[in-house]
Amino acid sequence: MVKKLRYSNALAVLLTVAGLSAPALAGSEDVVVENAWSRASIGVNRPGAAYLTVRNTGEDAVTLTGLATPLAMMPEIHESKTNSDGVSSMAPAGEITIEPGQSVALEPGGLHAMLMKLQEPMTEGETFPLTLTFSDGGKVTVEIPILGIAARGPEG
Amino acid sequence: MQRRQLVLYGAAGAGVLGLTLFVGWWRVDGPSAPKPAGQRPLPLSAMDFRLTDHEGNEVGPETLIGRPTMVFFGFTYCPDVCPTTLSDISGWLEELGDEAAQINVVFITVDPARDTVEAMAEYVGYFHPVIRGWTGPEDQIARAAEGFRASFERVPTEGGGYTMNHTASVFLFDAEGELVTMIDYHEPREFAVPKIRRALTEDVEGAT
Ligand SMILES: [Cu+2]
Repeated sequence: MVKKLRYSNALAVLLTVAGLSAPALAGSEDVVVENAWSRASIGVNRPGAAYLTVRNTGEDAVTLTGLATPLAMMPEIHESKTNSDGVSSMAPAGEITIEPGQSVALEPGGLHAMLMKLQEPMTEGETFPLTLTFSDGGKVTVEIPILGIAARGPEG
Repeated sequence: MQRRQLVLYGAAGAGVLGLTLFVGWWRVDGPSAPKPAGQRPLPLSAMDFRLTDHEGNEVGPETLIGRPTMVFFGFTYCPDVCPTTLSDISGWLEELGDEAAQINVVFITVDPARDTVEAMAEYVGYFHPVIRGWTGPEDQIARAAEGFRASFERVPTEGGGYTMNHTASVFLFDAEGELVTMIDYHEPREFAVPKIRRALTEDVEGAT
């Protein structure tokens, strides 16, 4: 319980919406990012993955177009899929549109922020900034906690 | 997914229907259309491959006979599905408590080029201590996958690297090495743990 509170507080404090001053934004200023977490990496050769929920609290649809982070040179939204034969595969998910009042969850086994070409190891207990870019030009940066390699969700 | 499970139950049933210890299960879960014979995992006793575990021991399918067994395929450069499967399995094992020590749990890599014995040792060390990591020459991995009717494929990524598509189901065998059932990727724990208990129970019943 203590742990849970700590993470949600951290998120509330660290969540920043960039580009608020730009008057042309349509939607991304109403984006809320929740339940962000990632797993620690072994070194930098293996790609990392981060998970979060993007909630659109506004009246306009928003489209998530890309990711940026100093942690990885090639961050990209991916989707894992398991077909009817039980075979899992992973591919770039492309742009993701979130309708007003809806949210999209990046969760294990589905959508994930794939962190390719890590610039440094992901160390348990640390955090890293991840910037979500939207089609209206807005950017939302969230600080993502790094949990253990065997973590199952935002609470560990 | 539901239909596939029924099909798999059917396949498992076809192989062991004669065993009285399976009758109770058969009645509960019911028969269904059998899966084509070529597609169901072989009994462990009919498989033939030679691999090395993460501690450098020579291992093969015969290593697993005598205790209930869970096997799954993956690779350590897999950022999403494989750590999720490993942490799910770790959670199931925790829930089983002391019983977990009676099960073989094996993670076979489909990416032996990167997953050396050392890499497997480091990786499995982050999960439940019962989990063993097996690797070996590509041809032996292929023979193992064939026995389980699992598939894997190397897929290039934009960054110049590659990822692996692979069967993500968890195979569950009884102590005699007969397939009991499969646990599909992301099956809720409410379903997975009873399935594992069933494999354990069969072991107990089979011993009496
Ligand atoms: Cu990915």
